[in-house]
Amino acid sequence: MRFQKRTLMAAAVALAAGTAQAQVSDGVVRIGVMNDQSGTYADLAGPGSVVAARMAVEDFGAAKKGMKVEILVADHQNKPDIGSNIARQWYDVDKVDVIVDVPTSSVVLAVNEVTRQKNKALIVSTGATSDLTGKACSPNAIHWTYDTWSLANGTANAVVKTGGNTWFFLTADYAFGHALERDTEAVVLKNGGKVLGKVRHPFPSSDFSSFLLQAQASKAKVIGLANAGADTTNAIKQGAEFGITSGGQQFAGLLVFLTDVHALGLDKAQGLLLTEAFYWDLNDQTRAWSKRFAQGHKGAMPTMVQAGVYSAVLHYLKSVEALKSDDGPKVIAKMKEMPTDDPIFGKGMVRQDGRKIHPMYLFEVKKPSESKGAWDYYKVRATVPADQAFRPLKDGNCPLVK
Amino acid sequence: MSEIFGIPTQALFGQLLIGLINGSFYALLSLGLAVIFGMLNIINFAHGAQYMMGAFCAYFLLSKLGLGYWWALLLAPVIVGATGIVIERLMLARLYQLDHLYGLLLTFGLALVIQGLFRNEFGSSGLPYNIPKGLEGGRNLGFMFLPNYRAWVVVASLVVCLATWFVIEKTRLGAYLRAATENPALVQAFGINVPRMITLTYGFGVGLAALAGVMAAPIYQVNPLMGADLIIVVFAVVVIGGMGSIMGSIVTGFALGVIEGLTKVFYPEASNTVIFIIMAIVLLVRPQGLFGQR
Repeated sequence: MRFQKRTLMAAAVALAAGTAQAQVSDGVVRIGVMNDQSGTYADLAGPGSVVAARMAVEDFGAAKKGMKVEILVADHQNKPDIGSNIARQWYDVDKVDVIVDVPTSSVVLAVNEVTRQKNKALIVSTGATSDLTGKACSPNAIHWTYDTWSLANGTANAVVKTGGNTWFFLTADYAFGHALERDTEAVVLKNGGKVLGKVRHPFPSSDFSSFLLQAQASKAKVIGLANAGADTTNAIKQGAEFGITSGGQQFAGLLVFLTDVHALGLDKAQGLLLTEAFYWDLNDQTRAWSKRFAQGHKGAMPTMVQAGVYSAVLHYLKSVEALKSDDGPKVIAKMKEMPTDDPIFGKGMVRQDGRKIHPMYLFEVKKPSESKGAWDYYKVRATVPADQAFRPLKDGNCPLVK
Repeated sequence: MSEIFGIPTQALFGQLLIGLINGSFYALLSLGLAVIFGMLNIINFAHGAQYMMGAFCAYFLLSKLGLGYWWALLLAPVIVGATGIVIERLMLARLYQLDHLYGLLLTFGLALVIQGLFRNEFGSSGLPYNIPKGLEGGRNLGFMFLPNYRAWVVVASLVVCLATWFVIEKTRLGAYLRAATENPALVQAFGINVPRMITLTYGFGVGLAALAGVMAAPIYQVNPLMGADLIIVVFAVVVIGGMGSIMGSIVTGFALGVIEGLTKVFYPEASNTVIFIIMAIVLLVRPQGLFGQR
């Protein structure tokens, strides 16, 4: 049944994209926002990422500068085969110049290969695997907002240093979960901690009780959640039910988005430590931008990856303008050459291996009594400076780095 | 401590119990499907969406009207069951003369529409719903920590399942129902209003799905996609148990929950496929299902 539904939807998306792009002119920059529009990752990226991309085009002033920019949207349904099919269709038929966002690491790696073959451009905001700037790095790709290494470096470091030195992993069984587990385990071991066990659960899962029981039996102090979206919220919700936290064990949400905290409610999420690249309430500029975003997105505040799409598209358009060309690898090279600057991520740069560099933040989820209302969820525990927030260039084994 | 296949026996007991708890959701949902298929010959693909509507109904009763879990347990099946009756009267009733496939296509389409509308309105990350007061916390059984709420789910679902089986297989009303599926014209000749009975049966089956939805709300997030994830497994359960067999769907529901639970210990990666492997084997060896007659 699911297969039928997906093929139908893919066909619908393909048709919609095809008819919209019947006449092709070379004077148009086409940005394809590819993500999960309907499934478990739809709230944290999904339509919100499209809102962010449109804001970037508007703020860049494309219309005033006489540059024609079009935004296309497709739903990859978290399936690598569907993702690469859409990418081929976009590059070959619809003359898309750059694909942005792309959650789900397995899809990211597939689309990364297609982009390399077709010699176009890919800017990833939601996908997490640090392999994209490691062994899978490409002259056609940039990894914008965060990666599994930076999450581990933020959250796991803080947790181990406050005494959480024995770990049990609940890992989503695909490329993202594996990368996050690997990068976190490295941080735990480096700080003198131990990993007592791990379970790889199917993605997506709704019932975690069996895995939680195994985690409980391991007596590990910390249960590391190497998963995301509804998997994470369900695990935390059911963990409370099974007395995980009242039994003295602690959850480490290795990838938790603002929308997840919103879905859980503060009474369940309070005290959780998490690492993100952006929060709407950091400063006046992020507040002003996020307020605009929320107006266009049913009142929901942006997640870090939606903000990342804005920042990425803005920098992409600036580079196209400077280069006067939308040739994939040339624009990517220009993006690496030009320093980045935007109202929400501030000043930064893109490294040789495709890694965008900016500070990361360690947040703690507020208690219900500390929150002033909806979306007032985080307080800053620490700022990881830009030069320490991401994996050192030499450790990634990226073939582009000599 | 003694071990079985390298897993301590105590941990194994815990996992068996967990399997039973998940099995009770499978049993409740597949029971509704079996009732509808057995009595109406309709393959109700909207069952997952109706389960999700039950959970949403509980959420709205709480957030808009301040009515808690126990009220929801009573009202949600009635409200969602009523929508089922409307669907049956307006649409399904026109399809009884046609092939199964038409009912399947109609309910499948309805499921997509309903899920799409809910997702459009409420997003995909779900809404919170708390465990009712009085069933919070849990007790330590020695081999595992059993949350009170889960214990309640097993007991409640067993009672509902057995009561349904009893009504259909052992009472006069059930006998009318079964007779009406065999030969509606004859039963009608005896002065029994068959179309109304069929309508109410569909409403009841849908109500069972909504009841399962309310029971699931405190465990999972109230999520527009919650039914879509579950319904495929539940269909496999019905196929394994034998289409239309009431007892078959109850027993297989619980049994497959346990098997899935054990897979989660020994080879977690396969836990979402194991039921389909069993389904394939059963279809090869006994195509009518374990408890099927035809």
